[in-house]
Amino acid sequence: MNSNFGSMPLRYRISIDREQCMECGRCVENCPYGVFRWDGERILINSRNCTACHRCLTYCPRDAIMLQEHPCDYRSHPVWTRGVRESIYNQARTGKIILAGMGSVANLPIIFDHLMLDACQVTTPPTDPLREPVELRTYLGKKPSKLEFTQKPNGDVELSTELTPNLMLETPIMLGHMSYGALSLNAHVAMARAAKETGTFMGTGEGGLHPGLYPYQDRMIVQIASGRFGVNVDYLERGAAIELKLGQGAKPGIGGHLPGEKVSADVSKTRMIPQGSDAISPAPHHDIYGIEDLPQLVNSVKEATERKKPIFAKIAAVNNNAENVAAVARSGVDAIAIDGFRGGTGAAPRVFRDHVGIPIEVAIATADRELRNQGLRNEVSLIACGSIRESADVIKAIALGADAVYIGTAALVAMGCRVCGNCYQGLCSWGIATQRPDLVARLDPDVASNQVANLIRAWTLEITELMGAAGINSIESLRGNRDRLRGYMLDEGLLEILDVKSVGA
Amino acid sequence: MAKQVTIDAKGVHYTPLNQQIRKAVEDGVDEIVVDNVLGQRFIGNGLRGNATIRVNGVAGGDLAMFMSGPTVIVSGNAEHAPGNTMDSGKVVIHGSAGDAVAHSMRGGKVFVRGDIGYRGGIHMKQYETQRPILVVGGSAQTFLGEYMAGGLLLVLGLDGAMKAREIGSGIHGGEIVIRGDVDEACLAAGAKKLPLTDEDRARIAPVIQEFAADFGLDAEPLVKADYTRIVPASARPFAGKYTWE
Repeated sequence: MNSNFGSMPLRYRISIDREQCMECGRCVENCPYGVFRWDGERILINSRNCTACHRCLTYCPRDAIMLQEHPCDYRSHPVWTRGVRESIYNQARTGKIILAGMGSVANLPIIFDHLMLDACQVTTPPTDPLREPVELRTYLGKKPSKLEFTQKPNGDVELSTELTPNLMLETPIMLGHMSYGALSLNAHVAMARAAKETGTFMGTGEGGLHPGLYPYQDRMIVQIASGRFGVNVDYLERGAAIELKLGQGAKPGIGGHLPGEKVSADVSKTRMIPQGSDAISPAPHHDIYGIEDLPQLVNSVKEATERKKPIFAKIAAVNNNAENVAAVARSGVDAIAIDGFRGGTGAAPRVFRDHVGIPIEVAIATADRELRNQGLRNEVSLIACGSIRESADVIKAIALGADAVYIGTAALVAMGCRVCGNCYQGLCSWGIATQRPDLVARLDPDVASNQVANLIRAWTLEITELMGAAGINSIESLRGNRDRLRGYMLDEGLLEILDVKSVGA
Repeated sequence: MAKQVTIDAKGVHYTPLNQQIRKAVEDGVDEIVVDNVLGQRFIGNGLRGNATIRVNGVAGGDLAMFMSGPTVIVSGNAEHAPGNTMDSGKVVIHGSAGDAVAHSMRGGKVFVRGDIGYRGGIHMKQYETQRPILVVGGSAQTFLGEYMAGGLLLVLGLDGAMKAREIGSGIHGGEIVIRGDVDEACLAAGAKKLPLTDEDRARIAPVIQEFAADFGLDAEPLVKADYTRIVPASARPFAGKYTWE
C-alpha cells in the first residue's frame, strides 16, 4: 500500500543555464545517479535523483550547471524542522529504521571551535621552525615506567629494560580505518601510498587486505572487528600493527552490515566470504562478553604474532568513557583509539549517528586524566578520531591528551569527496565509495595519493608553525599540555571536565 | 621416522610454553606432546604446518585461535573459544569445552566429545573450499550457531537431551544438524527446520565416521540416526529492518 504523501519537496534542484550550455553531454556521462539524460538534442534534468555530489558542476566546461539545496520551503518552524518532518514521512511510509551516510548532522556546538591556542609574546620568545627543529616524530605504544641500565666492564652503559614494539610516525596524523568494500581499491591504494610517503600509517578497516596493498603492508594497521572478515594469520603477520575494533563513534553499541550488493568478486576475496552474501558484523565481539575476556583476546592476538606488533583497540566515546579506557588499558593493548560522536561512517542508523555518544574533545581529555590518575598513561598511547577537520583540531586534540589522531572524512575530501553522504548507494561519482569499475576508474591513485599526502604535509607544516609560535619544540611537550589551551564561551562544568582554563585566566 | 618431542608444562606460563611449541614446529617436529597442561591459554595460536600437538591436561582459552594447519588433541577439557577464528587444521577435545567454541571459525574441524557451553559455532563462515566443521558429542547450550554464515555444526547428543534454545538466531548461511527432533520453540528468529534428506545424510556421514573413529565410537548407529537440519530462513535476516534517509 502506498502512502498518501505524494512526492516530497525536492532536496536539491539542478538547473542548466541554457545560454551557456553547449550540449557537450559531460554531465550526462558523469552523473551516476541519473539526473541528466538526452532527449534528442536536449539534456533533460531529474533533480530528484541528485545527491549534491557536484560531479556535474566540476566537469561542466561552461559553468552552466547550478545546484540549489532545499529549493522548496516548508513553513519554517524551530521545533518541527525539515529533518524531523521528513523522517516522520519516511518512517510513516516504511515502518523502518532510517540509515544515513557519513557522520552526525546534529547542529550541536563543536568544542574544538571553542578552544583557543596559545602563542608566545614578550615573556617567553616563540621558536622559529625555520631555524630551530620542531620535532613531530611520534611513537605509539607502551613506554616503560622506568629504565634500567647495566654497566659493562669497559664502562659502556647498556639498556637492560626490555622495550615493547612501538610504531614510529613522522607526523601525529594517521589515516583511519575505512574498509575496502566501503571504499574502492583505488581509494585504498591512494591512501596507502600517501601514508608511506609521509611516514605515517593507515588503517585497513574490517575488510581484509587486498593484495594490491601488500607493497604498503608495513604502513598498514590491520583491523580485527567483530565479524572477523578477512582475518587469518597471514593478515595479522602482514600488518605493522593490529587493531581490535570494539566500537565506532558514528554508531556506538551496534555492529555493521555490508549489504550483499557491495560484496563483489574482489571484495569477497579479501573478506573471505561468498560473493553477494551479506557481511554482518555483530554488535559485540562474541568472544568478549566481559571485561576479563578482552585481555584474553588481546593476548591471543599477541601470542599469535609472537608479541612482535603493537595491538590497538578502538572504542566509541560514550558516557563512561574514562572507565572504558582504563579497562582497555589494563587489557594489555598498546594504544587506544577513541572515536567521537561525530565520527564518519558509510552507513549508520540516523538515530545513533545524531544522538549517541560524546564529543571526542571530552573523551580524550577524560581518558588522559583517568589514565594518569591510575598510573597507566605510559601503558597506552591515545589516538583521537571522529571529526578531525583541520590542523588546529589535531593540535588541540594532542593538547587535551592525545598522542596522535586518525583522519577519515578529511582524507576522503582530499580525494574529491563532497560529503554528499550517499556512500551507501555505492554509486560514488568520485570513485571513492563504490565498487563499480567505471566509477572506480575515475579515481587515479597517483593523483589522489598526492592530494592526501599534500593534506598531511600541509597540516604538518601548520602544526609545526603553531608549535613554534607557542615556543614548543617537541610534540611530547604539547601532549596533555592543557595550559596551552583556553576555553572561549564554554561553561564552567565543561571547562572542569576538559581541565582547561577560561580565556583570560 | 616421525620426530617427537615432549614438553612439560607444569608451572610454565603460557608465553614461554607457546614459544617452546612454536620452536618445535619450526624445527620440523611431527608430534609435540605437552604434559601437565593446567589451563595455559593460546596453545597452537597462529601456528602453521601439519604437526600434531597432544595436550595432556586441560587447555586454557582460545586454543588454536587463528591456527592454520596443525592438529591439536586435548585429553581433558578446553576452556573458552577453542578453534576461535581458526583457518584450517583440526582440534580434538576428549572432554568438554567452554563458551564460544569455534567462534568465527572459517575452516578446519573442531571435534568435542563432551558438551560445549553457550554460543557454540557462533558466526562460523565459509568461503570457496574452506568450510568449517564443528561436531559436539554431548550437548550444546543456548545461542547455538548464532549469526552462523557458513559451515556445518553437528550435535550428536550422546549423553542426553540437547539443552540449546534460541538456536541459529541471525543465521544467514551454513547448516546446523542435531540428532533427534528439535522443538520448534527452541529455534530463534531467522532459523527454520528441515528434514534431513538422503543427500544431506551422505554429506554428513564421513564427518560422523571421522568423529566416531577419533573417539572410539560405533559410527553405524549414528550415521543411521534421525536428525533435524536447521538452516537460514533467509540469506539476509536484517534486510527488512532499514530504510534510507
